Amino acid sequence: MSIELRGVSYVYEVGTPMEVRSLNEIDLTVREEEILAIIGHTGSGKSTLIQLMNGLLKPYSGQVLFNGEDIFGEKYDRRALRGRVGLVFQYPEYQLFETDVLTDVCFGPKNQGLPEEERIARAKTALEAVGLGEEYYTRSPFELSGGEKRRAAIAGVLAMQPRILILDEPTAGLDPQGRAELLSMLRRLRETKGIGVVIVSHSMDDVAELADRIAVLSHGEKVKEGTPKEIFGDRKGLEEIGLSIPEVSRIMALLKEAGLPVDGTALSVEEAEEEIAKLFQ
Amino acid sequence: MFKDLTLGQYYPVDSPIHRLDPRTKLLSTFVYLVTLFVAGNFWGYLLAAVWLFTLIALSKIPLGYMLRGLRGILFLLLLSVFINMLFTPGTVVFSFWIIRVTREGLRQALRMAVRLTLLLLGSSLMTFTTTPTELTAGLEKGLHFLTFFGVPVHEIAMMMSIALRFLPVLTEELDKIRKAQMARGADFESGNFINRTKALIPVLIPLFVSAFRRAGELATAMEARCYHGGEGRTKMKPLRYAKADRIYYAALLLYVILMILTRTVLAS
Repeated sequence: MSIELRGVSYVYEVGTPMEVRSLNEIDLTVREEEILAIIGHTGSGKSTLIQLMNGLLKPYSGQVLFNGEDIFGEKYDRRALRGRVGLVFQYPEYQLFETDVLTDVCFGPKNQGLPEEERIARAKTALEAVGLGEEYYTRSPFELSGGEKRRAAIAGVLAMQPRILILDEPTAGLDPQGRAELLSMLRRLRETKGIGVVIVSHSMDDVAELADRIAVLSHGEKVKEGTPKEIFGDRKGLEEIGLSIPEVSRIMALLKEAGLPVDGTALSVEEAEEEIAKLFQ
Repeated sequence: MFKDLTLGQYYPVDSPIHRLDPRTKLLSTFVYLVTLFVAGNFWGYLLAAVWLFTLIALSKIPLGYMLRGLRGILFLLLLSVFINMLFTPGTVVFSFWIIRVTREGLRQALRMAVRLTLLLLGSSLMTFTTTPTELTAGLEKGLHFLTFFGVPVHEIAMMMSIALRFLPVLTEELDKIRKAQMARGADFESGNFINRTKALIPVLIPLFVSAFRRAGELATAMEARCYHGGEGRTKMKPLRYAKADRIYYAALLLYVILMILTRTVLAS
């Protein structure tokens, strides 16, 4: 399963003085079993881009294809599509509304028209996947902690059993432990269920840890696409468009620029450690 | 859902009308609305229309954009036209089954339609050309004399400006929550009235929760900055009448006199 964006542009407030061109001629493909990260500074069009992927926004020009079918074709069932392509907004905890966690997570499956037992079964699986056990089922979503709310809300989308899961800044406002748990959960979802993950993030460290592929947006244009090594290998280029590279990569790049014989593309502390250890041999 | 609601939205262009003192616009809008009820015949309505369309032309707001705001009240407009047409007694023009359309009814309906249209356009001209901040500043200063009667004008103006300030925030939030629930398969478009109302619950509950959260945060932030009401508070941009305002008031006076003349001299 795949989502394919073909020459997609998006304009806000068409025909008023507030008109803003948000995306310009974007080509991008999202596949199953792959983690794609979208990075870019504030206002680069990241959030708009992901809303095009499940048909919440309609492109001004260009096409969005899901499994080769135009999702804005006549009679295309976009509500069913949203079950296949799950979208978790930024601060998803603000979407919780039910009296208890289990019922809230059942909201998605209920909208898919599933029978009650199936809904509950799916909700339980989803809650397990985000690490919320049975003791949470009957609690009010409003009395959970910030991190727990976030996970409950993500479970709300997972319960629809999407094949591709899109998350907008999922680690924003979480403490280091919450962040680590969330990232490992996303990795687990890909490994055990083969779900495709799209993650929008400001945190280059998150992206370096997680992504197979990165797309870089700047002022509504896709300026680059490639593996983390390729993208973060170009420190100057990223800094020019207001982005940084992960802390570890930065240190290694600086060591290399200082003339030390290291390969300046390490993405994790372990890789960097190995490289530095070599210097002392 | 709220994209068609142009009433009350500021349209950012620079024009002589935009630059007027908000008090001038407030008072003149009020006067204009009153004159619409003073107008009693064709000449009166013509005068009111000419006045308004001159102002719209001066304000540099595209007429089409202004008229779009009318869509919101189209139903109300048609309903009142319909009721007036059918239930005004008088000389019957034509009748069908139990429906009887009278000459007086037609006249009354037309008058109602013109009046409502001008009413809405006249008041939206003000909100199109005045930012909410200017508007509340204008209200606060214009109604300041009421403090002598014990009316807490500053506090009311502050509440108004906070409400207006949060309107776009809440609208944006509403849009976000709506999309988040749509991403979970919520359906707001199909089904009958009851189903569609029920479908709003997953949107309204989070919206209220967040409104209360924001209110609490705002109150704390205001207290942290020692807000203590209006006494002794100075303004960064004090309102002052300029030459343009005096010219405008003179024109308004002339308009009102002409309007009274249409009732007395031209009365048929």
